Amino acid sequence: MLWQLFKATFVLSAFTFGGGFVIVSLMKKKFVEELEWFDEDEMLDITAIAQSSPGPIPINASVIIGYRMSGVLGSFIAVLGTSIPPMVIISIISVFYEQFRSNTIIATALQVMRAGVAAVIFDVVMNLAINVCKTKRFLYISCMIIAFFATFVMNVSAMLVILTCLAIGILDLLHDLYGNKKTTVSLPQEKLTE
Amino acid sequence: MSLVLKLFFSFIQVGLFSVGGGYAAIPLIQAQIVDVYHLMTMSEYTDLITIAEMTPGPISINSATFVGTRLAGVPGAIICTVGCIIPAFIICLTLAHFYYKYRNFAGVQTVLSALRPAVVALIASAGMSILLLGLFKADKTSLLLSDFRIVEFLLFIGAFFILRKFKVSAIKIIFGTGVVGTLIYTFLPVI
Repeated sequence: MLWQLFKATFVLSAFTFGGGFVIVSLMKKKFVEELEWFDEDEMLDITAIAQSSPGPIPINASVIIGYRMSGVLGSFIAVLGTSIPPMVIISIISVFYEQFRSNTIIATALQVMRAGVAAVIFDVVMNLAINVCKTKRFLYISCMIIAFFATFVMNVSAMLVILTCLAIGILDLLHDLYGNKKTTVSLPQEKLTE
Repeated sequence: MSLVLKLFFSFIQVGLFSVGGGYAAIPLIQAQIVDVYHLMTMSEYTDLITIAEMTPGPISINSATFVGTRLAGVPGAIICTVGCIIPAFIICLTLAHFYYKYRNFAGVQTVLSALRPAVVALIASAGMSILLLGLFKADKTSLLLSDFRIVEFLLFIGAFFILRKFKVSAIKIIFGTGVVGTLIYTFLPVI
């Protein structure tokens, strides 16, 4: 298990170009779809926590996934797996910086790979979005659509979007609790008889 | 204070205050390394950002390693990276502990259910940005229709189709588009 955890985080980190949400979609594909270690909802929760805590998102997500699989030792192994590839690659590149920057083949490869990365993210997003729609709750579907426009079109920060939806979730919970009180009207009556 | 210690404490601060992923860390690293300690010039720092963006891995880890290697060799790289990770490690471990303790409570599930669609939207938004970067080689604020790159578009469609149709691992897809795309551009220079 620990070896598999290390191998998975190592490979993901070695091939992930672009920001934190890229690695999160790759992690979803690897841990949820391929290894089936935990379910999709849990992966989304992990992403929300990783995004809201300080520090790099891939490291944060590794800490949580490692902890989930085998406690503090798991966290340590997962973080090691995530940080070794960039450290090695950058150490090498910082020596050959000029050659690296002016090499056209490397530049082309890095540019075309973005198409592949985008395809992977869209594949993951499509599965996730279908499941949100399957809940058939207007609240969740509209949250998703509005959050997308807010971040992509209006450049609202991810942090603000998460906090807003957290507030919506709490209001939803309060609404639920209030609704339940209505069905159990016996409570105030008991108080009266006292 | 020795250089290595200076670097270590700088990167602990970077790790602690960069909430919201890699791009949040860039100005913080600049403040520490360029403005406060004068360990790098601004042009060296710009090189660093270019490299960090071009290579795999989280941007803050990449920058930490780059700064560390430049200033104090391999030990420097390790010290900076560890400094950058420590705050995240402690805070996330604490959060993970509480999450797994309380996540099965009905109330907590209700709140988290509202959060999940937002996370899907955030991932979608990151995906759109990368796609535009791939198709136009420019970010969304400076798109020109004339910059549209047909090869990348076809690669994207092909990769997406393969992913939907067959169970292929993400790494193979990314690596595959890299190889196919580079071959196309190298041997068909007309495009």
